[in-house]
Amino acid sequence: MSEPIIRIRDLTRHYEMGTETVQALRGVSLDIGRNEYLAIMGPSGSGKSTMMNMIGCLDTPTGGEYWLNGQEVSQLSDDQLARVRNKEIGFVFQTFNLLPRATSLHNVELPLVYAGVSSRERRSRASAALGRVGLGNRMDHRPNELSGGQRQRVAIARALVNEPSILLADEPTGNLDSTTSEEIMQVFAELHRQGQTIIMVTHEADIAAHADRTVVLRDGKVETDRATHGVAA
Amino acid sequence: MPWLEAVRLALKTIRAQKLKSFFSLIGVLIGVTFLIAVVSIVTGMNNYMEDKFANALIGLNTFQLRQRPNFTSGNVTDDMWREWSRRPRISYDDAAYIKAHVKTPVVYANFCSDRATVNYNGKAAKDIELVGTEPTYFDIKNYKLTAGRPFAAQEMQLGLPVLVIGSEVAEKLLKGVDPIGKEVTMYGLPYRVIGVVERQGTLFGLSLDKFVIMPFTAPARRWICPINILDHLIIQASGPGTMTIAMGEVEASMRTRRHLKPGQENNFFLQTSEAALEGWEKISKILITALPLLVSISLIVGGIVIMNIMLMSVSERTREIGIRKALGARRRDVLAQFVVESATLSTVGAAMGIALGIALAFVVRAVTPLPAAVAPWSIVLGVVVGVLVGMVAGIYPANRAAKLDPIVALRAE
Repeated sequence: MSEPIIRIRDLTRHYEMGTETVQALRGVSLDIGRNEYLAIMGPSGSGKSTMMNMIGCLDTPTGGEYWLNGQEVSQLSDDQLARVRNKEIGFVFQTFNLLPRATSLHNVELPLVYAGVSSRERRSRASAALGRVGLGNRMDHRPNELSGGQRQRVAIARALVNEPSILLADEPTGNLDSTTSEEIMQVFAELHRQGQTIIMVTHEADIAAHADRTVVLRDGKVETDRATHGVAA
Repeated sequence: MPWLEAVRLALKTIRAQKLKSFFSLIGVLIGVTFLIAVVSIVTGMNNYMEDKFANALIGLNTFQLRQRPNFTSGNVTDDMWREWSRRPRISYDDAAYIKAHVKTPVVYANFCSDRATVNYNGKAAKDIELVGTEPTYFDIKNYKLTAGRPFAAQEMQLGLPVLVIGSEVAEKLLKGVDPIGKEVTMYGLPYRVIGVVERQGTLFGLSLDKFVIMPFTAPARRWICPINILDHLIIQASGPGTMTIAMGEVEASMRTRRHLKPGQENNFFLQTSEAALEGWEKISKILITALPLLVSISLIVGGIVIMNIMLMSVSERTREIGIRKALGARRRDVLAQFVVESATLSTVGAAMGIALGIALAFVVRAVTPLPAAVAPWSIVLGVVVGVLVGMVAGIYPANRAAKLDPIVALRAE
């Protein structure tokens, strides 16, 4: 494996809950290479969500190292983390998390607004990203005028628009029916083929099966880490 | 995030929630409306008083030598009244003495007046100001004549019964006929009309055209200028500088003539338009001082309302804040978004207040004799106040939004 895009060493995360300390992560080590398609699985309480927050730079670890695209990000301030999220990470959420009053185009433009991109360039890059997910003709629609699958595609376009190092998807098909889920998985497979690194957190085995590699967490530790056959690949 | 982007976003949010936004900015709206309306009315009054009132009643660069003040402001005690009444009156000889002794080139006009009834052909114009004066009076008052001519120095010297009449008198008595050469009567004495003065308009709704002017030497003098007594002597200088010098000279001459010792008070009075305006200045000062109090009360209320609306907005939009943070918004971006939104909301309120205030000022001007003039600085102040109130009111809610943990915010319903 060449220089990994993500290098995690002995990552721990403790939460203080009143007098008790909850150990969500108890020393996770993980390398993820460029253009990998990785699924993180695990039952609830396994530390899956915490792991997703860590990788997504939404949270900082209690201990350990996290190198993202050659940069140690575990000790950064809130605002520095915001910059890293903006540049390196494209989020896809279970509930889509689109701004309800904004059009598809404006939703996709949002990361570029915080990157300080001029409005003309934002427009052209956002419409290109929407074109990539097959929604070039839905740019002026608001989320409530779109189907679930279309909404998730808008979210994927938004995640891609800043050309992030990783696409981080949290249960991306959790709110979709199986046909639509399959469609979204096709989009992911295509992006992966184009060279995108994808990390997907899911508890559905058949969704995880689309990835090339599956990491299973249990009790805050890596239980298994094995290559799988991408069904769609 | 550039601030223009934030303003655009704020306007979008306001448009999306029109009614809520309107109610939230009504406090600022009322505050700024007050500000603009009151300042406009006071400014208008100021202009009016300075241009019209002072000039109509006294004249530009003009002062009067009088027995006592005729425009009194504030408290005049009984003692003062008594002292004023004991003063000698201004006589023809006083006027002649002044004319002989003051060296600064000025224009003089002896002046006496009373209310009189003017009759013509069975018609009567009552309550007309009968002025007895000199030909120079027409220049001092800057009266233009629409017909005929003013009386001449010779007519004054001879005391001829000639009359220049105000436009309202002409309309009342001599409508439809050429007034020049017509004979009117006052106190039973015949007067020949030789001129009509151009319309002067109104002052606080009172006509400035109900007057007749005759030589102060004319037969009716015995009703208006008894035994060599003048109401006052009008003195007009060529500019404010010469007026000050002339006033000094007139005062010195009068003191000499009346044998006043150093330290003894003047037993005469020099009335200027500034002195006449003193009373108004007191009132306007009170209004202008009370105004900030009035305005700031509604602005504080307006600010609190906006703060509450913004707090509500932050908690309603927790998820949005989470999304924005996940996508790379820093604390300051979120802070700016909500402060700008709050400031925009408040500024929109202020803008509406400015429009309403100006409208109110114009309504006041249209339906009352009070003139209103919008002061440009009050508009600037209104905008600044709007921005500031919004920013101050927005800081606390915006800070709460900025400090939200993105993980928690993303989980919000």
